[in-house]
Amino acid sequence: MMGFSRPQLVALAVMIAVIVAAPFAAYPVFLMKVMCFALFACAFNLLIGYVGLLSFGHAAYFGMGCYVSAYAAKSWGLSAELCVILGFATGAALGAVFGAIAIKRQGIYFSMITLALAQMVYFFATQAAFTGGEDGIQQVPRAPVLGFISMQNDLAIYALVAVVFLGGFLLIHRIIHSPFGQVLKAIRENEPRAISLGYRVNDYKLMAFVLSTGIAGAAGGLKSLVFGIATLTDVTWQASGEIVLTTLLGGLGTVFGPVIGAVIINTLEFYLAPFGSWVTVTQGVIFVACVMAFRRGVVGELGARIKVAL
Amino acid sequence: MNIDRLNLGRRALLGTAAAASLPAVGRAQASGLKIGVLTDLSGPYKDLAGPLAVECVRLALEDYGAAAKGMKVDVVAADHQNKPDVGAGIARQWFDQDGVDLIVEVANSGVALAVAGVAKDKNKVYLNSGAATSDLTAAQCNANTIHWAYDTYMLAKSTGGALAKAGGNSWFFITADYAFGKALQRDTTGFITANGGKVVGSIAYPFPGTTDFSSMLLQAQSSGAKVLGIANAGTDTINTIKQAKEFGITMTLAGLLLFISDVHALGLETAQGIALTDSFYWDHNARTRAFSERLKPKAPAARPTMVHAGVYSSTLHYLKTATAAGMGVMKGPGTEVVARMKAMPTDDDCFGPGSIRIDGRKIHPSYLWEIKKPSESKGPWDYYKPIATTPADQAFRPLNEGGCPLAKA
Repeated sequence: MMGFSRPQLVALAVMIAVIVAAPFAAYPVFLMKVMCFALFACAFNLLIGYVGLLSFGHAAYFGMGCYVSAYAAKSWGLSAELCVILGFATGAALGAVFGAIAIKRQGIYFSMITLALAQMVYFFATQAAFTGGEDGIQQVPRAPVLGFISMQNDLAIYALVAVVFLGGFLLIHRIIHSPFGQVLKAIRENEPRAISLGYRVNDYKLMAFVLSTGIAGAAGGLKSLVFGIATLTDVTWQASGEIVLTTLLGGLGTVFGPVIGAVIINTLEFYLAPFGSWVTVTQGVIFVACVMAFRRGVVGELGARIKVAL
Repeated sequence: MNIDRLNLGRRALLGTAAAASLPAVGRAQASGLKIGVLTDLSGPYKDLAGPLAVECVRLALEDYGAAAKGMKVDVVAADHQNKPDVGAGIARQWFDQDGVDLIVEVANSGVALAVAGVAKDKNKVYLNSGAATSDLTAAQCNANTIHWAYDTYMLAKSTGGALAKAGGNSWFFITADYAFGKALQRDTTGFITANGGKVVGSIAYPFPGTTDFSSMLLQAQSSGAKVLGIANAGTDTINTIKQAKEFGITMTLAGLLLFISDVHALGLETAQGIALTDSFYWDHNARTRAFSERLKPKAPAARPTMVHAGVYSSTLHYLKTATAAGMGVMKGPGTEVVARMKAMPTDDDCFGPGSIRIDGRKIHPSYLWEIKKPSESKGPWDYYKPIATTPADQAFRPLNEGGCPLAKA
C-alpha cells in the first residue's frame, strides 16, 4: 500500500499509535516540538538520503517558514492552516532560487553554496524590520484552524501538528517510492549514468530540492504557531548542523530514521536543560559515537540487523 | 441481584477513585510555593547571572526566614541556552506540569520576551532581572511581568545624559549592527544632545563575527571626540575595550552594557577609566556590603552584579507579598499576585526603598561609575568610584512614553 512494505506498515501503525497515545503520557508541547523537528528532518532526509545532496543550510527554509507564518498569524490574523501553507510557500520559493544556484555544483561545493546562501538569510533575519532582529517575533497568537476551530487547548493544536506531520511524512514516503523517486535514487547512485539514460538530472534535483525546502518551511511554520515565537535560533547555521546530526543519528536514507533521530535529539535537549552545557557535550559525544560505531544510524542499524528496509 | 452487585461495585470503584484523587488535589494546593530560576548556566551570561542567581534566590529565602515562618518554598533551575524557544518551552512546562508559581531572572532579551508571553498565557508571575530590553515595560508589557534591576533606557540615560553633563560632551560610537546595538546608540544619542553634547561620528560593524576593531578605534581617536560609546554587549565589548587599551586610545570609554563581572574578567589594568552604569554596586553602602557579605559563603570568589541583586530583591519582595496576601492569593491568578506586589512599597539591602510602577517597572536610582586605577583599588573587586546619581523618579522612562497599554488604563 502506497509503496509501504509489510514491516514498514507495521512501523507506521506503531508510530501512529504512539502519536495518538503519547499526549496522555508525556508533555504535549514537547511532543509537538519533536514532531516539528521530525518533519524538518524528514524533509532534509529526502535530499541527503535519496538524492545524495548535502544541503548545509536547511535552517534557512525552516527559519523563514517560522518568520513568515508567525508574521502572518500576528500581523495579518490569518488562520492556522493558511499560516502553515504560507510557511510551505516561503520554503519552496526560497528553495527554488537557492536550489537553482546551488545544484550547478556537486559535492562539497554544493554544500558550501547552500551554507553561504543560508548565512545570507540569517543576515537578512537580523536586519529586516519584520523579523524583530535578535528579539524575534514574540507572542504570536495560536491562530484558529479555518478561522473558527480554537487552538488554545494543547490537545487541539497537538491534533493539528500530528495531522500535518503525518501528511508530510506520507507525502515524502510517496515521493520516494514514486517513479520520480526512483530517478532520484538513480541520480544518487550514479549521476553520469542517469544523464546518459536521458534524464535531465538538474531538473530532478531542483524539484527534489524545492519539495524538501517547502516541507521544511511548513515544519517551521507549524513550530512558530506551537511556541508562539519565531527567532534567530531557527535560522542559525547551528540549527542546520543539528538537523544533519538528527538525520545521521536516526539513519540516512531510511524512512523512519529522521523521526527517531528527532526524538533522541529533542529528548536530550529537553531533559538535559537543567544541566547546562551537558546538552552540547552529550550531542558531540553521540555524534562521534554514531560516526565511529554505527554509521547507518539507529534505524539503519536496526534495519540491517533484522534485514528489512525501514 | 447480580446486576445490583455490579452497579454497587462500579459505584464503589468510582468512589474509591474519587477519594484517591481528592487528597492528591489537596496536597497540591497546600504544597507551598515553587520558584523557577531560568537563566544562562553555560553561555556568555553565566557570570553576570547563572548559578549565583540561583544562590541569590536561596539567600532571599534564608534572609526572609521562609522556613521559620512555615512557608514551604522549592527552588528549581534550568538553562535556557540563550534560545527563546528552549526558554519558552521550559517556562511552559514549569507552569503546566511542575507547579512553578514564579519565574525569576532570564538573562537574554529574546528569551525574556518569550517567557513574558508564556507567563501571560498561563497567568503566572515573571520577575525579570537579567534582560535589558525596555520593551518589557513598553509595547510588550503585561500584567504578569515586573522588570526589576535595570533596562536599556536606564543605561542610555545614565551613561549618555549623566556623562555628558559631567563633561563628556562629544561622542563617537562603535555600534554592533543589529537591533539592540542600534537602539542603544539611538537612545544614548538622544540623552547626549538633550544635555548639550554632540555625536561627531559612528561606525556600525557587522554582527556577529567581528573580532578586529582596530580600524574603527583609530577612526574614533582621530575624530577628536572625548568619549567613545561602546554600543554592543558581551565578548564584543570585552574585545573593543582590550583593543582600545592596546592601541592606546586616550578617549573616555563608555560601556553601555557592562557588568562588574566583565570588569573583573578584563582586569583593572585594562578597564581603568571606563564609565559605566549600574543600579547596584556591592561596595556602595553599608546595606549593599551586608548583602554581599551574606552571599559570600555561597560564592567566595565572586561578587554580585546588579542582575544578582535584582534576583535577590525581587524574590524577597515576592515572599513579603506572600505573607501579606496569604497562600490563597499566591496560588491564584498571576495578575492578582503582581497587582499586590505593585501595591506594596519595596525595601531591601540591594536597592534600598523603592516602588513598582503600574507598567511593571521597578523604580530605584541609577548610578554612573568610573572604574578605578589599579593604584586606587584596595583589593579584589574594589573597582568602582561614583561619578553621578540619577534619582529614582528620573532614572527610568516616564510612564506615558513607553506605550504600555497598562499605563493608559
